[in-house]
Amino acid sequence: MTAEISLAALRAGDRVEFARMVDLYSAPIYRLGLKMLGSPQDAEDVLQNTFLSALTHLSNFEGRSSISTWLYRIASNEALMLIRRKKPEFNLEDLQTDDSDEGAMPEIFVDWSVLPERELLTGESKQAIDDAIQKLPETLRMVFVLRDIEDISIKETAEILNLTETNVKTRLLRARMFLREQLSAYYGERLTRKEKHD
Amino acid sequence: MTDHSHKNCKALLGSLSEYIDGELPAELCAEIEKHLEGCENCRVVLNTTKRTIDLVQLPVEETVPLDVRERLFKRLNLDDYLIPKS
Repeated sequence: MTAEISLAALRAGDRVEFARMVDLYSAPIYRLGLKMLGSPQDAEDVLQNTFLSALTHLSNFEGRSSISTWLYRIASNEALMLIRRKKPEFNLEDLQTDDSDEGAMPEIFVDWSVLPERELLTGESKQAIDDAIQKLPETLRMVFVLRDIEDISIKETAEILNLTETNVKTRLLRARMFLREQLSAYYGERLTRKEKHD
Repeated sequence: MTDHSHKNCKALLGSLSEYIDGELPAELCAEIEKHLEGCENCRVVLNTTKRTIDLVQLPVEETVPLDVRERLFKRLNLDDYLIPKS
């Protein structure tokens, strides 16, 4: 079991402790960058910028949230900034990510969940899953990555993104419904082909 | 499907995430399950949503590539603390 990172040591400029923190949180932050930006180069930028920013702002961090929450908050801001820099045009779809309950209603009702695992996880299918994640509006994608990929609680996700828990739940539901619809289109077609073939 | 109405489907969809995550009180779960028994479309949405979540959750990379880690430590001027990973 890894010993907890000491904030006092970090603030006292203990480089060994900072290096230990970097090693402890690099993997989840890199993953967040990968899922948010979809490219290893961008994920590396998110990773580096997150820890550079943490180093710069360490003296202002009072420890009111956990180190993990603080780092995720920096990382999510870095990822969103990078996305917006790369896509500076006004995005109407993101503006529509209000947190009303009006989510899209499902349109595809094919039960592809019965397909065997080996067919759900071919190389091509994994790519389809990644593509579907990349199609999510970024504010939904961020909630989805933190909650469903990183397995962070609703409460902590809300704290990281400075949202209410209700907003997190609404965005999570919309993200899941969007992905379900995308994957239903993809796997539904496979299921139909398979049935025709059989 | 006598008690079936679009209104019930909409209500179920609104609670679907929390139902899947096991965050709803028992009485609400019972109501949802009653609706599911009579509504094939909602059953499909539930099954495929659960499967969608399962699929995106795996597999998770547990480490960063070694060259990425090395460049990160250099950028942070932490080269002296770059303990090789076994």
